[in-house]
Amino acid sequence: MSAPANGTVPKLRIRGLKKAFGPKQVLDGIDLDIPAGTSLVVIGGSGSGKSVLIKCVLGLIEPDEGTIELDGKNLLAMDRKGRERAVATMGMLFQNGALFDSLPVWQNVAFGLLARGRIRRAEARQRADAVLAQVGLAPSVGDLWPSELSGGMQKRVGLARAIAASPDLLFFDEPTTGLDPIMGAVIDGLIVDVVRRLGSTAIAITHDMASASRIADSVAMLHKGQIIWQGGPEALMSSGNPIVDQFTHGRREGPITMELRR
Amino acid sequence: MDRLLDAIAAIGRGTLGAARMCGRITLFALDGVSQIVRPPFYPRMVGRALAEIGYFSLPVVALTAIFTGMVLALQSATGLARFSAESQIASLVVLSVTRELGPVLAGLMVAGRAGAAMAAELGTMRVTDQIDALTTLSTNPMKYLVAPRLLAGAIALPLLVVVADILGVLGGYIIATLKLGFNGHVHLNNTLDFLETQDVVSGLVKAAVFGFLVALMGCYNGYNSKGGAQGVGSATTAAVVSASILILAFDYVLTEIFFIR
Repeated sequence: MSAPANGTVPKLRIRGLKKAFGPKQVLDGIDLDIPAGTSLVVIGGSGSGKSVLIKCVLGLIEPDEGTIELDGKNLLAMDRKGRERAVATMGMLFQNGALFDSLPVWQNVAFGLLARGRIRRAEARQRADAVLAQVGLAPSVGDLWPSELSGGMQKRVGLARAIAASPDLLFFDEPTTGLDPIMGAVIDGLIVDVVRRLGSTAIAITHDMASASRIADSVAMLHKGQIIWQGGPEALMSSGNPIVDQFTHGRREGPITMELRR
Repeated sequence: MDRLLDAIAAIGRGTLGAARMCGRITLFALDGVSQIVRPPFYPRMVGRALAEIGYFSLPVVALTAIFTGMVLALQSATGLARFSAESQIASLVVLSVTRELGPVLAGLMVAGRAGAAMAAELGTMRVTDQIDALTTLSTNPMKYLVAPRLLAGAIALPLLVVVADILGVLGGYIIATLKLGFNGHVHLNNTLDFLETQDVVSGLVKAAVFGFLVALMGCYNGYNSKGGAQGVGSATTAAVVSASILILAFDYVLTEIFFIR
């Protein structure tokens, strides 16, 4: 267990995290501290390794090197059972919702509760309806199939599924991708609401600057497998870092373009 | 000389690649089987897989079996006539159907229908992050998706083969009595006289192995599919082709075990 200078253990601490796929070094020594109850937004270009980072924390990808500490305990040193218990305290909203298309909406939402054997099916239905209401969906939506939902509704159902078990740590992978600006703002608002209500710690990855500003307590920029900048959302649009500035303002000219041309 | 070395290197790479794939499939199968016997169990998923593999494959297996029995009776009638042994049609049909054609053809039909569907479903789940989502919801995907299908495959195909055996013999009976003019009672007696328990049991054991193989290849290829629609398409093709080849290869091995002493 390692504690920062002020003595409190961060909810999530990542040190020296590396992951390569063949010759491509996707994560190249990531260091991050996320204090409990705060929201970190990781920004970065497509293919910069944002999704790989959270998949490493969730145990979906095994990193090559480094440590990931949850409440001071190294996830990578845990046995399978310990890792499963740790992952059970996490929730994830996937980029495309990743709803199970063979199950109706309410079973999607209650899936984690039923899988953990916490409640019976009748209770699960009631709980699913309650969580759907939290994300602004009527109980009747619970009887629909994922294929019958719009993109925005799928995101809401995905969010409902992620928060159904009241997780301590929430991950959001591109929560507003593919949504119109109004629906994007609605989803961001829901994320802020549920994170605050649950008192959870949240990590979101996005390249939507408006979304990052709405969700974040702090923002980190991932570039070439490393965190090159970290600061508050108010400093995001004027970071003073040329790579961050080019990315946040969407400029064609700058160090990122120059690197691509080379 | 360089060309010879290149050729040897290519053969070596191919051999190592094939060995790696065999190893991966074996480990996948062992993991899947071990999940069948360890709780939690998912009876709903087993039931769903049984319906998908067994019930919904019934029409295609039934039609295949009945027409195979009919063709077999016709072909054997013309062939056996050369030796004045037409009376053996009943025994030839029943032994061919129960020992070989029932399990093999049912296996191939199920590979084309249910094996492809499994690979497509799991492949789509893989490329749309649904399998990762299962893990984040405290559910082992091998236990929830793969183990029920492996179990259902090994149970459903023998049941289908029982139906295929009956309908195959019925097809032969129809042709023998209605087209070739044999006495129905005699044909039926010949059928039952020549049939031994081992003929049926060996066919059912083969069917259980083939059902497991179809489910294994469908699950393995779907579970490990990559990319988008193209990856899912490739996984589906690979599932059907590999299951079909394995059915024929294991048919030989099992025949050797059962009948060659």
